[in-house]
Amino acid sequence: MSTVSPLLSLCEVTKIFGGLVALNDIAFDVRENSIVGLIGPNGAGKTTVFNCITGNYVPEQGSITFMGHKLVGKKPHAIVEMGIARTFQSIRLFSSLPVVENVLAGQHCRLRSGLFASMLHTPAQRQEEKRALERAMDELDFVGLADKHAEEAGSLSYGNQRLVEIARALASDPRLLILDEPAGGMNDQETVALVDTINHIRARGITVLLIEHDMRLVMQVCKHLVVLEHGTMIAEGAPDVVSKHPDVIRAYLGAEDEL
Amino acid sequence: MIQCRRYSAFVLVALLCVLPHMLDRYWIDVCVSIGLYALLALSLNVILGQAGIFHMGHAAFYAVGAYVTAIVNTQFHIPVLWLMPLAGCAAALFALLVARPIIHLRGDYLLIVTIGIVEIVRIALINDVGGLTGGANGIFGISRPEIFGFTIKKSMQFYYLVWGMVGCSVLLLGWLARSRFGRALSYIKEDDVAAEGCGVDVARYKLMAFVFGAFWAGMAGTLYAAKMTIIAPESFSFMESVIIFAVVILSGGSQLGVLVSTFLFIGLPELLREFSNARMLLFGLAMMLMMIWRPQGLLPPLPRRYNVQAALAALRRRKAEAEPEHKAKAKQGEA
Amino acid sequence: MEEFFQQLLNGLAVGGIYALVALGYTMVYGVLKLINFAHGDLFTIGAYLGMTLLVSSGMAGSLSPLLVLLVVFIMVALLVALVGCLLERAAYRPLRKANRLSAVVSALGASIFFQNAVMLIYGARLYVYPEDWRPDFTVDILGFTVPGVRLLVIMASLLLMFALHSFIQRTRTGAAIRAVAIDQSAARLMGINVDRIISLVFLIGPGLGGAAGMMVGIYYGQIDFTMGWSYGLKAFTAAILGGIGNIPGAMLGGLLLGVIEALSSAYISMAWKDAIAFLVLILILIIRPTGLLGERVADKL
Repeated sequence: MSTVSPLLSLCEVTKIFGGLVALNDIAFDVRENSIVGLIGPNGAGKTTVFNCITGNYVPEQGSITFMGHKLVGKKPHAIVEMGIARTFQSIRLFSSLPVVENVLAGQHCRLRSGLFASMLHTPAQRQEEKRALERAMDELDFVGLADKHAEEAGSLSYGNQRLVEIARALASDPRLLILDEPAGGMNDQETVALVDTINHIRARGITVLLIEHDMRLVMQVCKHLVVLEHGTMIAEGAPDVVSKHPDVIRAYLGAEDEL
Repeated sequence: MIQCRRYSAFVLVALLCVLPHMLDRYWIDVCVSIGLYALLALSLNVILGQAGIFHMGHAAFYAVGAYVTAIVNTQFHIPVLWLMPLAGCAAALFALLVARPIIHLRGDYLLIVTIGIVEIVRIALINDVGGLTGGANGIFGISRPEIFGFTIKKSMQFYYLVWGMVGCSVLLLGWLARSRFGRALSYIKEDDVAAEGCGVDVARYKLMAFVFGAFWAGMAGTLYAAKMTIIAPESFSFMESVIIFAVVILSGGSQLGVLVSTFLFIGLPELLREFSNARMLLFGLAMMLMMIWRPQGLLPPLPRRYNVQAALAALRRRKAEAEPEHKAKAKQGEA
Repeated sequence: MEEFFQQLLNGLAVGGIYALVALGYTMVYGVLKLINFAHGDLFTIGAYLGMTLLVSSGMAGSLSPLLVLLVVFIMVALLVALVGCLLERAAYRPLRKANRLSAVVSALGASIFFQNAVMLIYGARLYVYPEDWRPDFTVDILGFTVPGVRLLVIMASLLLMFALHSFIQRTRTGAAIRAVAIDQSAARLMGINVDRIISLVFLIGPGLGGAAGMMVGIYYGQIDFTMGWSYGLKAFTAAILGGIGNIPGAMLGGLLLGVIEALSSAYISMAWKDAIAFLVLILILIIRPTGLLGERVADKL
C-alpha cells in the first residue's frame, strides 16, 4: 500500500509460554516519524510484543524487521545499538546510582574506548567521556531534570523516575523509542507534560511506539493505534476509527476499563 | 566524606612508605604477604565488588600465574619479573576458557562452579599434570627477581616491590572503575536486565571483568613465586579463595576499603598469634562480628564524580547559539 | 560385576549421607537464600558428639547395640539441631536485611569458628569410632556379601529423607515452610510466623546434618575435625546439582554424586575423584543452568 517501507514491521509474530499462546499472529507496521499506540486490556500481551521487539523474548514464529534488518535472534543490547531504545513497565533504573550515571548508561553503546583506553584515561577517552556527559546532561535537560543529576535515582518520585528512564533511552540515539506505560504512576500535571515531551521526541525525528492505559494520553498523542486482546490483534487504525470499532468497545467494556 | 577519605589515603601511603623501617624482619614479611593478598583482593574486587559476579575461586588464577612463572623460570631461566605479563596472560587465557561456558550462570550456581574450578586446579597440580607441576611437593629453586641487574632478596626490598605493585594497581584499577568500563560493571551489578536493555553487552562485560581480574591475579602469582622461591599446591587451596572473598566483601567495595580489610584479615591472625591454638577460633568469631557490625562493608565506594558544571555550561552555550535561529524561524512562520 | 555392585551400594551409602547434608543446605537456602557454609561443620559436630555419647554410654552395655545406636543417633540429631538454631540467632538473624554476601561471609566465619572449636576440644588428631557399636553383620543380596553397616546407612538415610518429604508435603507446618520459601513477605501477610519457620528450618537442617555426621563415623570408622569442609563442599555440590532450594533435588543430587564418586574412583582414578565430581557438576550446569530439578526462572520484565 504505502510506497515508503516502514521503520519497523512485525509479521506473523507468535510467542508461546509453556503451551500457552501469548501472542498469535501479530502483524503491524510502524512508519517512520509516527507515534503509534499499542493498547488493550490487562494481559492482552502488549508488553510481550515489546519484549519480542527488544530481543528479551524470542518469538516461536514470525519475523520482525527494523530498517531492513531482521531482529529475531539478536540480543537486546545489539538491538539497542541498531537504534531501538526502551523503557520498562516496572521502572528499572539503577536505583543506587546517581541520575546522571543512569542516563550515561544509554550512551554506553555509542562510546568506543576499550579496556586499555579506559584504564589509562587516554586523551581520546577523556574527550569521549566529556562528550558523553554533555549528551547525558542534554537529555536530562530535555526531560527537565537537569538539576536532579546528582540525586540517587531510586530517591526520585515515580513520575521523575519514568522521565529519567526516557532520558536514558534517548541517550542511546534511537531511531525508535519504545515506551511501556510512560504515564504509569504520574499525576495529572505530569501526564500533561509527558504529552508535550512525547511530541518533542517525535519532533526530533524519533519514532515512538507506546503502551498506555491512560486513554486521554493515547488519544492525544497517537496517530495510529493497534489493539490487542488475548494475544490477538482485534483492530488497527486511526484513534477515532478504532475507538468506534465494536470489538474494541466490547473488549474494553468487558474488561471494565474506560475508553 | 571525600576529603576525609583522601586524607586517610595520604596517611596510609605515608605510613606504608616508612613502615618497613619500623618493623623487624618477621613483620616485614607479614606485610609483604598482606601486600600480595591486597593485590589479589583488588583484582577480585573488579569481579566480585564491581561486577557483582559471585566468584569464590580466585586462588585458581593466582595458582596458574605462580606455576607458569615457576615452570618457565626453572626450565628456561627467564628472569622472573619478565614473566609477569606471561603469567597474567596465562591466567587470563585459562579464565577465558573456563568462564566462557559458565559465566551466564546465576549467583549461587556460579559460586559453586568457581569453587569447583579452584579444587580441580589444586587436584591437577597435586597429580602433577603433564609432569610439570612437581606434584604435592611443588616446584622449588625459583630465582629471585632482578631489576636492572639488582637482585631483590631482602624482605625490605620485596616489601617495596610488592607494595609498589599494589600502588600501581590502585591507580590503574581506580581509573578503570571511573570509566565506561567501570560504569558498565556497576550497571550489571545493579540490574543486569536493565543494563542489557540500555545497550550494555552484559555477557561480554562479565567475561571481560572475569578475565581481567584473572590477569591481575596471575601477575600477583609471579610475585608470590618470586618471593617464596618454592610453591606447592596447598598454597592455593579453597581456603585461600575464601579469605580473599571475605576480604572483598568486608571491604565494602572501595579500594581503600580493600586495603584496610586486607590488613584486618591477614594481619589479625598474626596479632592473635599469642593465643596459639585458639587463634583461628577467634579469627572466625571476628569474621562474624565484623559482618554483623558492618553488613555493608567497611568503606563502600563513593559515587563517581563528573564535571557536570562544564557540561551544563556547554549546554547553555549551545542553547544560546540556537536561540536566534529559532526566533528567525518563528518569525518566518508568522509571516 | 561383584565390584560394580559393591561400588554402587557404597556410592548409595555415601550419596545418602551427602543427600542428608545437602538437605540442610537446600532448606536453609530455600527460606533465607543463604548458603550456610557452617553446615559442614555442624555435621562434624554431629560426628564428634556421636562418638562421645557412644563412648560414655558404656554403662548401657546390657542393652542391644542397635538400640543404643538409635538412641544416640536421635540425641545427636537433637543436640546439633540446637546448635544450628543458636547459630541462626547469633550469626544470621542480624544480617537478614543485609547484602546476601555479608551473610555468606558470616557463615564462613562461623565455619572456621566451629572447626577450630572442635579442634580445641578434641585435639587435632584422627579419631577412631568406638568399635563395639559398629554393626558387623553381613547380608547376602543376589549372592553378594554386603556389609550390614552399608545397608543400615542406606536405609537410615532413605528413611529420614522419606520422613522429611512427607513432613514437608503433608503437614501444615510443611506447607508453611514451602510458603516461606516461595515468598517471605506474602507468607507473613498470610499469618505465618516467618521467624519461627526459619528457626524450625535451622533445627531440621542441622539435625539431619548432625545425624549424617554420626553415620559417617559409623560407616568409615574414623573422623577428624576437618571432615566438615570436604563433606560440606560435596553436599553443597549435591544441592546445586539437584537445583538449590529444591528438596527432592538435594536427595537426587546427593545420591547421584555419591554413585558418580564411588564409580569414578573405582574405575577411573582415585586421585582424581574429587575433580571428576566437580567436572560432572560443571557439565550438568552447562546443560541445565539451574540444576537437575531446579526451576528455570525466567527474568521478570
